Amino acid sequence: MSERKATIASRVGLHARPASIFAAAVGELPIEVTIGMEGAPVEDAMDASSILSLMSLGAANGDVVVLRAEGEGADEALEALVKILETDLDAE
Amino acid sequence: MPKPVSEPPAGERLASSTTVDDATASLRAASKVVQAELQGRAKAATGASQAVLEATALMAADPMLIKAAVKLVAAGTSAERAIWESGASVAEMLYNLGGYMADRATDVLDVRARIVAELRGVPAPGIPQSTEPFILVAEDLAPADTATLDPAKVLALVTSGGGPQSHTAIIARALGLPAVVAAAGVDDLADGTVVYVDGAAGTLSVDPGADEQELVAAWLLAAETLSVFDGTGTTSDGHLVPLLANVGGATDAVKAAELGAQGVGLLRTEFCFLERETEPTIDEQVVAYRGVFDAFPGKKVVVRTLDAGADKPLPFLTDSTEPNPSLGVRGYRTDLTTPGVLKRQLTAIATAAADSPADVWVMAPMIATVDEAADFAAMCRVAGLKIPGVMVEVPSAALLADRILGEVDFVSLGTNDLTQYTMAADRQLGTLAALNSPWQPAVLHLIKLTVAGSIAQGKNKPVGVCGEAAADPVLAVVLVGLGVATLSMTARSLAAVGAVLKTVTLDEAKRLAELALSARNADEARTSVRAELPILAKLGL
Repeated sequence: MSERKATIASRVGLHARPASIFAAAVGELPIEVTIGMEGAPVEDAMDASSILSLMSLGAANGDVVVLRAEGEGADEALEALVKILETDLDAE
Repeated sequence: MPKPVSEPPAGERLASSTTVDDATASLRAASKVVQAELQGRAKAATGASQAVLEATALMAADPMLIKAAVKLVAAGTSAERAIWESGASVAEMLYNLGGYMADRATDVLDVRARIVAELRGVPAPGIPQSTEPFILVAEDLAPADTATLDPAKVLALVTSGGGPQSHTAIIARALGLPAVVAAAGVDDLADGTVVYVDGAAGTLSVDPGADEQELVAAWLLAAETLSVFDGTGTTSDGHLVPLLANVGGATDAVKAAELGAQGVGLLRTEFCFLERETEPTIDEQVVAYRGVFDAFPGKKVVVRTLDAGADKPLPFLTDSTEPNPSLGVRGYRTDLTTPGVLKRQLTAIATAAADSPADVWVMAPMIATVDEAADFAAMCRVAGLKIPGVMVEVPSAALLADRILGEVDFVSLGTNDLTQYTMAADRQLGTLAALNSPWQPAVLHLIKLTVAGSIAQGKNKPVGVCGEAAADPVLAVVLVGLGVATLSMTARSLAAVGAVLKTVTLDEAKRLAELALSARNADEARTSVRAELPILAKLGL
């Protein structure tokens, strides 16, 4: 199991456009990725490719989230996803 | 427009002809089709609506939404009912999160309806997408449909349901679209049928002929002419008559400026005072006035001081026990009973005007005597306001306009009150509506006298009109013929007044004014002038 932490950089938090971009990126991966708030139980983590899950997570600007994945290429995939979260997607 | 998607019955089970696997596959396929459709629309959209459509497209195939539905299908629920229930619980979750998320709940319900329509093989709900402009035919329109209705694409609205106060009728009025409601049989019209809609007559015909085509061409021309004011009020021979707007606050002022108003001829300051128990502070007033001034840099803004009383009572100014409020303490007269309010208002106007790019004029309502005009002008000078004027609403002010204009720099005719006081007919009494017409020859004679007063006074001081009369494109021509210098009206009327005025010369306007002055009654005045203006028929006015 690979695990990475990321701080949400988008000013509006992980909603709207940033959530769309992130969910679409996860959806293109061959592996399953979960997302949860830092400190929350692992079993509460949600499907990171679901925009509805991301929206219900309610991660705001500055919040730390934990990404988890298993399988081949998980580390590289998570690195790339962390970069997306740590970019202010709303500014682009 | 397709009918709204009906709810699949609660407890609807998988049909015996299908299997769990097949139903799951068709559910997934339907969600992908809807997603692709929404992605296509997102590509064609821009800005905020593009972002919303992109997010909505993702929702259509969202694992959270689909997995919950797939579980229900596995337990034997029909695919339609499964996605319906799954959508409902997701929408409820978003709704409970509040704010932005709650607004997205509607998107989930839209996606759900689209997937159900796709599963049933019926057209997607909502206003259809089309590259060609079209006439929208529906059972009825819901408030949510308004948001997606593109006025550039929709030519007219026709519904089989609804009445004059239905949502469809309200949308049509707001967008200025022809509409026919409660039109029997239109649900059977096939998509793509060519129909002719006459919103004025409330009729609709299929396969229109050459006559109807001609009418449509004329209407389109009129609609174009009547929707745009080019920002210059003038007769055909170049006699300039600035067309100004009557506004009641900053929002109105911004809209009026967008519609081409050449300034504000009447800023009703009551908006600052209404629904208040006490007088607003000077600072509050300054902010409110500045909002209006900022919308008209370099243009004239005529501020009317507080016109309380009669039909606009204020708790801190009006004596509600007066037996005859319209002949009572109202307008400028409140300064007698409650001194100080007017002085503070003038200070606020002067402060807002001091660093404003607008050219600020001030006028007092309900002036009846030369002395009142002189007193008001003195108060304006003390406050530092340079261009004082008064309204002519009381016949005595029209009769003594030459002497009143010796004291102030301009007058503005308030034709609504001038008519009620000239005809001694209460504006609010429906039974006296015929007497309350500004076409009454006696009222027109008082307007002529007011202009004559300005000429006699000798300094070419302007006489404007800021009542409903100025918004009537026919009467506006008469007013210009009577020598009125500016017309101020609700901003919506600017285009129509400007379009008609442009078709007459100043001499023609003078001749039409004579025609109206010599008429026996209001009806004859109106009818005889209308008959001389062929443009009215062309524009459908």
